[in-house]
Amino acid sequence: MAGKIATRGAFGKALVNLAEKYPELVVLDADLAQATQTKDFAAAYPERFFDCGIAESNMVGIAAGLAAAGLKPFACSFAMFSAGRAYEQVRNSVGYPHLNVKIVGSHGGISVGEDGATHQCTEDLALMRQIPGMLVVNPCDGNEMRLAVEALLNYNGPAYLRLSRPATEIFTDELPGYRFELGKGALIAGGDDVTIAATGMMVSMARAAREILAAEGISARVLDIHTIKPLDEDLILNAAFETGAIVTSEEASVLGGLGGAVVELVSAKCPVPVIRHGVEDTFGRSGTANAVLEYYGLTPEMLAAKCREAVHLKKQ
Amino acid sequence: MEKLYGKDLAIMANRARLLAVDAIHRASSGHPGGSLSCADALTALYFNEMNVDPTNPGWDARDRFVLSKGHCAPALYAVLALRGYFPVEDLQQLRSIHAHLSGHPDMRHVPGVDMSTGSLGQGLSAAVGMALAAKHQGKTFRTYAVLGDGEIEEGQIWEAFMAAAKWKLDNLCAFIDVNGLQIDGATADVMPSEPIDRKVEAFNWHVIKIDGHDFAQILSALAEARQTKGQPTAIVMKTVKGKGVSFMENQAGWHGKAPNDEQFAQAKADLEAQIKKLEEN
Repeated sequence: MAGKIATRGAFGKALVNLAEKYPELVVLDADLAQATQTKDFAAAYPERFFDCGIAESNMVGIAAGLAAAGLKPFACSFAMFSAGRAYEQVRNSVGYPHLNVKIVGSHGGISVGEDGATHQCTEDLALMRQIPGMLVVNPCDGNEMRLAVEALLNYNGPAYLRLSRPATEIFTDELPGYRFELGKGALIAGGDDVTIAATGMMVSMARAAREILAAEGISARVLDIHTIKPLDEDLILNAAFETGAIVTSEEASVLGGLGGAVVELVSAKCPVPVIRHGVEDTFGRSGTANAVLEYYGLTPEMLAAKCREAVHLKKQ
Repeated sequence: MEKLYGKDLAIMANRARLLAVDAIHRASSGHPGGSLSCADALTALYFNEMNVDPTNPGWDARDRFVLSKGHCAPALYAVLALRGYFPVEDLQQLRSIHAHLSGHPDMRHVPGVDMSTGSLGQGLSAAVGMALAAKHQGKTFRTYAVLGDGEIEEGQIWEAFMAAAKWKLDNLCAFIDVNGLQIDGATADVMPSEPIDRKVEAFNWHVIKIDGHDFAQILSALAEARQTKGQPTAIVMKTVKGKGVSFMENQAGWHGKAPNDEQFAQAKADLEAQIKKLEEN
């Protein structure tokens, strides 16, 4: 495949490509079909697309009713609104009755960029993780997104799927041995001194950070944790045991998301130093996506620095 | 089952009321006031209007029901038990730790419950989704919901009203139980919602105003809803909170409080007297 595509773009294409194979698939949006990229599905399958207007709470409830009647709805909006504004509807109308609804949060994290703090959702991973029985999936590139959408169509239960706004490099299609399975992380690159457990677009940055560290003689393992819940415990615990230190990396708050999940696991079952790389406990701000990512330290260089810190802690 | 009408519906509704208040009394917690106000509508739905099969609660072609005001679960459970979805004796375990009858309706554990509800304002959206699914799949089942007049203070209800009209869901019928009271007092004081009928009409629903304790009016409204094409129907029903239990009627204090032994004895006597009177007529 190679090249670049935003995971939201890959999501939109996957919906269209899977529509014939999965006739129960229906898509809901809340007046953001251009942005979430559900527009092509809407154009190709207008009778299977329900625009709910700017009313995300209601959209989630309608999706619950559609699922209760046997359909496979994907309810889409910005992460801020599908996971944020409609949190309680997701919890009580989808999570509690364990209905087969996929909640889609586009423009997750801070790389929304110019729109600024009101649209930069850094809390979605932590919020969705809190709901019992909820899958939380955050693919790292367009290829993984395509595979994730089909896997979610074959999974009967509630799930949250995060999409990103910026175009990013596609690499998993050419990765030897790569295969996608919900709930199972993927080994992206081997290493012995430290493990970077990354999710979403931070997986690409983790690969770049690994190169920086390699030049310094530090061997970093890179894991792609596309499914934050349920967490691939074996993969993480093996990494903790074998490399002795972990750095988690996510385009989300360092509170309660992937970092929280890994710390909860490792501290109980194989205590090693864990450093959480992500957005510190703060709101975002306007700027281009790259400027914002750099402002908040979501760069390969900062991730490499966190890895050095982790290696240092392990020696103490 | 043969459909019930008139006096037989009234007797069944009062039996449901008695079972609901009994269950709340045993549990020492629950919501009697609103359960009693909507008991007649629920009885009309399950013993006359809806196409359901208690021996096959998941039957794909069944009519759906969503109790959007989920705290009135005791009335729904009582009606479902009387209709044969589960043993009437189960009601004695309402709200107890190992029972399937939790404080608010749980579709995963209670046969006959089509949607889990309890957080106010959310049930109507799910009912819209069910009605939309029927239209989408070319199925003929109808979807019913019961909302509270306090509940419609939630903004999501109005989002759902708009959506149901957009998709012309004439297979959807929602009762609004206007008992005029909520936890903190009269709805007119807490957050005035009147004129409910004109507001819902302005949201492009077909609106029918009735006395929610008159079965002839309830059945006639349901028939009118079935014949209404191109828009959903709201049955705005004036009711008495605590209906049928003398000391609970029109008292906000009985929204979410269980009767003690002495009060339950009085409630039982009130309801049994009404059943007896109906049976003698």
